[in-house]
Amino acid sequence: MTTSSNTKPPWELLSRGILSENPIFRLALSMCPAVGISTTVMNGLMLGVAVLLVQVFSSVTISLFKNQIHPRIRIPTYTLTIATWVTVIDLVMAAYLPGAYAKMGIFIKLIVAFAIITMRLEMFACKENATDSFWDGVGMGLGFMVGMVVIGFVRELLGSGAILGYDVLGFKPLLFFILPSAGFFVVGLMMAFFNWVELVYKRRKGIQL
Amino acid sequence: MKILKILLSAVLLALLFLPAWLQATEFIESAAFSGKNGIAVAFAVPVDKAAAAEASRYTVFEENDPDIKLSVTSAALGSDGRSLQLLFAEPLNSTKTHVVRVQGLEGGVDLNFKVAKPYFGHLFSILVAALVINNFVFTKYLGLCVFFGTSKRKKTAKGMGVVFTIVMVASASMSWLFYRFTLIPFHLDFLQIVVFIGLVSLTVQAVDTILRKVNPVLFNSFGVYLVLVIANCVIIAVPLIMSSLNYNFLETFMLALGAGGGFLLALYLMSSVRERLELAKIPPTFKGLPIAFIVAGQFALAFLGFSGLQLF
Repeated sequence: MTTSSNTKPPWELLSRGILSENPIFRLALSMCPAVGISTTVMNGLMLGVAVLLVQVFSSVTISLFKNQIHPRIRIPTYTLTIATWVTVIDLVMAAYLPGAYAKMGIFIKLIVAFAIITMRLEMFACKENATDSFWDGVGMGLGFMVGMVVIGFVRELLGSGAILGYDVLGFKPLLFFILPSAGFFVVGLMMAFFNWVELVYKRRKGIQL
Repeated sequence: MKILKILLSAVLLALLFLPAWLQATEFIESAAFSGKNGIAVAFAVPVDKAAAAEASRYTVFEENDPDIKLSVTSAALGSDGRSLQLLFAEPLNSTKTHVVRVQGLEGGVDLNFKVAKPYFGHLFSILVAALVINNFVFTKYLGLCVFFGTSKRKKTAKGMGVVFTIVMVASASMSWLFYRFTLIPFHLDFLQIVVFIGLVSLTVQAVDTILRKVNPVLFNSFGVYLVLVIANCVIIAVPLIMSSLNYNFLETFMLALGAGGGFLLALYLMSSVRERLELAKIPPTFKGLPIAFIVAGQFALAFLGFSGLQLF
C-alpha cells in the first residue's frame, strides 16, 4: 500500500478500490450492512451510493484541509467530518427517497461508524491531493457498492427469483436466502469461494513455475 | 462485573420507589389487559347494566395513535355490576399504553382512563428484547467487525463484552441527557449523529482515563479493547434507537444494558464455538472468517426462535 507518487492515473486508483482492495471481500470491513440489508440488489445499490457519496465528500474535504489539521486531533476531525456528511446524506435521502430510506432503517446513519471510511482518510486522503483523493474515494465507494450489489444479486435471485424487483426465474429457488439471517451464510460462502479461487490460481501458478 | 451489579441494584432500588404508574380516576378501581384481545376493568361501585353493556359507548385507542380507533366487539358486565370485560376484534399490542373513553356511563359524564402494562414489566421487556429477541449481533447485524475480530478466545470475548456494556450504558445515558435537554429544546435534533458520535468518543476517552487511575488491574486486562470501541456501530446505534423511539431515561438505560448484555452473550457463544473449531477439520478454503460467518448464521437462525417471546 504505497501512496507515494502523486501522478497516479485515476483508473489505477479506481480498480484498486474495486478489485485488489475491495472493502467487503478483501479487507472484510463494514460487514454489518453487507449482512443486514443486502436482501435485494436495490437495497445494496442505495446504500452503496450513500457510502460512495460520504466517502468521496469526506476524502475531498480532508485532503483540502489536510494542512490545517493538527496531527494530534486528526482522528476526531475525521469523525466529525464523516458525521457531518452522513447527516447531509441522511437528511437528503429522508427528504427525496422516503421509501428506500425507510427500508434502510438505521444503517444510513450508521455509515458514520464504518471503519472503511475512516481508514481511507487516515491512509490516503490526509497525504494526497484532492484529485487523487477524489478518485480513491470513488474507487473505494464503488468497491463497496459492487460488493453490496453482488451479495444482493445472489440473495434476490435465489430468494425470490427476481432481479431489481423483476421476476426473472419465474419460481423461487430457495426462499431461505431472503431471510435476514441468510446474509451470514451468503457472505461466508462467498468468502470461501474467493479463497478457493485464490487457492486454485496459486496452485496452477505453482505447477507452471 | 462489579460495576454492573452496583448499577443494576441502583436501578432496581429506584424502581421500588416509583409512584404507582398511571393512577386511574377513582371511579375505576383497576384496569388491565386480559388475554390477547381484551381489557378487564373493575369499577368502585356497581354501574348501570344496560348502559355499560353497550359496546358503542367505548372508544379505545393507543396513546400515541389517537386517530386509529380500535373496534370493541363486546362489553360484558359481571353479575355484581362492577367488573367489565371489553373484547376487541383484533389482538391488542399490550406494550403500548391504551386510552379507554366511555361516554355517559355514570351521570352522563365522559370517563377517560389509561390501560398499561405494569411499568416494571415494560422496562423488563425492553431489557429482554434487546438482550435476546432483537439481539444486536444476531438479529440486527450490528458490530460485526468487532464481533468477528474479538471472538477468537473466551477470555477476550468476556473482556470485550464487559467493556462494551459499560461504555454503552454510560454513553447512552449521556446521550439521553444531551438529547432531551439540549437538542430537543433548541430544535437541533438534526445534529444527533454528530453529537452522539462525539459523546461516544468522549465516553470512551473518559472510561479509559478513569479506569487507568481507579482500577489499574482492571485497566490492564480491559484497556486494550477500549480503542476498538470508539468507531463501532453497536455503540452509536443505541442513542439513535433511543431518539427514534422517544425513550425516557429508564427505558434508555434498560435498552443500553440489554444491548451490551446481548453483545456479551453473542461474543461468549461465538468464542466458545470458535475455540472448538480450531481443533476441527475444516476445508482449507473455509478456514478463518468464512466458517465463522456460517456459524454466526446458524446462531442467527437459532435466535429467530426468540421472536415473539413475551414475558409479561
